[in-house]
Amino acid sequence: MIKIKDVSKSFDGKMVLEAISGEFEKGKCNLIIGSSGTGKSVLLKCIVGLIPTDEGKIFYDMRNFSDADHEMKAEIRREIGMLFQGGALFDSKTVEKNVMFPLDILTKMKPDEKLDRVQFCLKRVGLENAGKKMPSEISGGMKKRVGIARAIVNNPAYLFCDEPNSGLDPQTSILIDELIQELTYEFNTTTIVVTHDMNSVMGMGDNIMYLYKGHKLWEGGKEDITHSGVKELDDFVFANKVMSSLRGK
Amino acid sequence: MQFFYQVGRYFIFLRSLFINRESFKTYYHLVLEECISIGIGSLFLVVLVSTFIGAVSTVQTAYNLVSPLIPRYVIAQVVREMTVLELAPTIMAIIYAGKVGSSMAGGLGTMRITEQIDAVEVMGINSISYLVLPKIIASMLMYPMLVVIAGFCSLFGGYLIGAATGIITPPEYIFGIRFVFNEFTITFALIKSLAFAFLISSISSFKGFYTQGGALEVGIATTGAVTNSVIAVLIADYLLAQLLLA
Repeated sequence: MIKIKDVSKSFDGKMVLEAISGEFEKGKCNLIIGSSGTGKSVLLKCIVGLIPTDEGKIFYDMRNFSDADHEMKAEIRREIGMLFQGGALFDSKTVEKNVMFPLDILTKMKPDEKLDRVQFCLKRVGLENAGKKMPSEISGGMKKRVGIARAIVNNPAYLFCDEPNSGLDPQTSILIDELIQELTYEFNTTTIVVTHDMNSVMGMGDNIMYLYKGHKLWEGGKEDITHSGVKELDDFVFANKVMSSLRGK
Repeated sequence: MQFFYQVGRYFIFLRSLFINRESFKTYYHLVLEECISIGIGSLFLVVLVSTFIGAVSTVQTAYNLVSPLIPRYVIAQVVREMTVLELAPTIMAIIYAGKVGSSMAGGLGTMRITEQIDAVEVMGINSISYLVLPKIIASMLMYPMLVVIAGFCSLFGGYLIGAATGIITPPEYIFGIRFVFNEFTITFALIKSLAFAFLISSISSFKGFYTQGGALEVGIATTGAVTNSVIAVLIADYLLAQLLLA
């Protein structure tokens, strides 16, 4: 479980996140949603430590990440898998080498064991035949799947996904969402997904945190999101024409 | 104020290279890869440019030595001094900054804007040390070698053009480049090359590593890397000459 308490962040005097608190449960898909520019990605990067917070605390299974020394932070980070918006694959390495990278750096596994693990992860994301390809030779959806394979190769306890289906067609988006959901349940990870896609919200939102202009306005499950009673959230949810037509019914 | 901020940030960046490093085994392969990229990748340009510089230096020195009282071998002596003291280490450093420095800044800048550096960082790896230290070590290993090759090619270029045009005969040229030779000039050139390699690789990596924005900013960082590296090289060139030769 990941717990955040009163996390605040500002850039050049402009408040981006203001006293955000919440809990992200283990074995569930925890979603951070909101319109563009509300601070979702900043919050995610604060949680993984890529952006330092101005105030507030972050706990990984009761371990205080905010006040941890370098050793402790490195130890926690080695339990993290992260899927970036653009995949963030290393251009100079093949798909196989990209997925193997965390194992090369973080483990003392033998080459055969590493290769087996990489093959398993690539098979798990449906890319067992793409190992020898370079990132420039594969599609956007495939890059995301390679990113997922790299994120899970080290058996992470915490999985973070920053807009996993941005720039993908609806069908591939659903496949990626389903994959993240399956992996979360299968490996019992604490998964946090940042998204503004309502398909993802309705498909995988076990726990949802709604951000609006840097504030947390609502928290709940996907079953409750359509009748939250929060005007800003209603506007966000029913901005989608399909959702809007369902509301009419 | 911005200048002092950047200088301070640069020194913090240099300090980060050595704290919380990965194992030496990890760096071994990375350094080898960088050595191949930097050394082999720059060889053709270095050979081409230095050969022509040597040839042009020979022709221009001969053009300026109009007195019949000055022996012809002085042309080779002047070319040797120019090559060893300045042309091989310093002019090559400017070319090196343009080729290798811009490539380092562009590569790291692109890694930054495509979140590849974040991906390294999020795994608990010191990204500065992992990505930059091998570049600096490889640069400091390869650039002195390139300078030695450049010096040889420059002198050989002078020899070729001298013999081909009849400006100076081969025996005169060989005599000239060996005449009153001070070995310390080679040591001086190698000291300079080490300093220049460090400055170019660290400044270029620094500019690339802290790129923010998109493709336009990567271009700006790359230009900045070359400009700042060249300025640093010229300042270091003067300081080293003052310290070691004056």
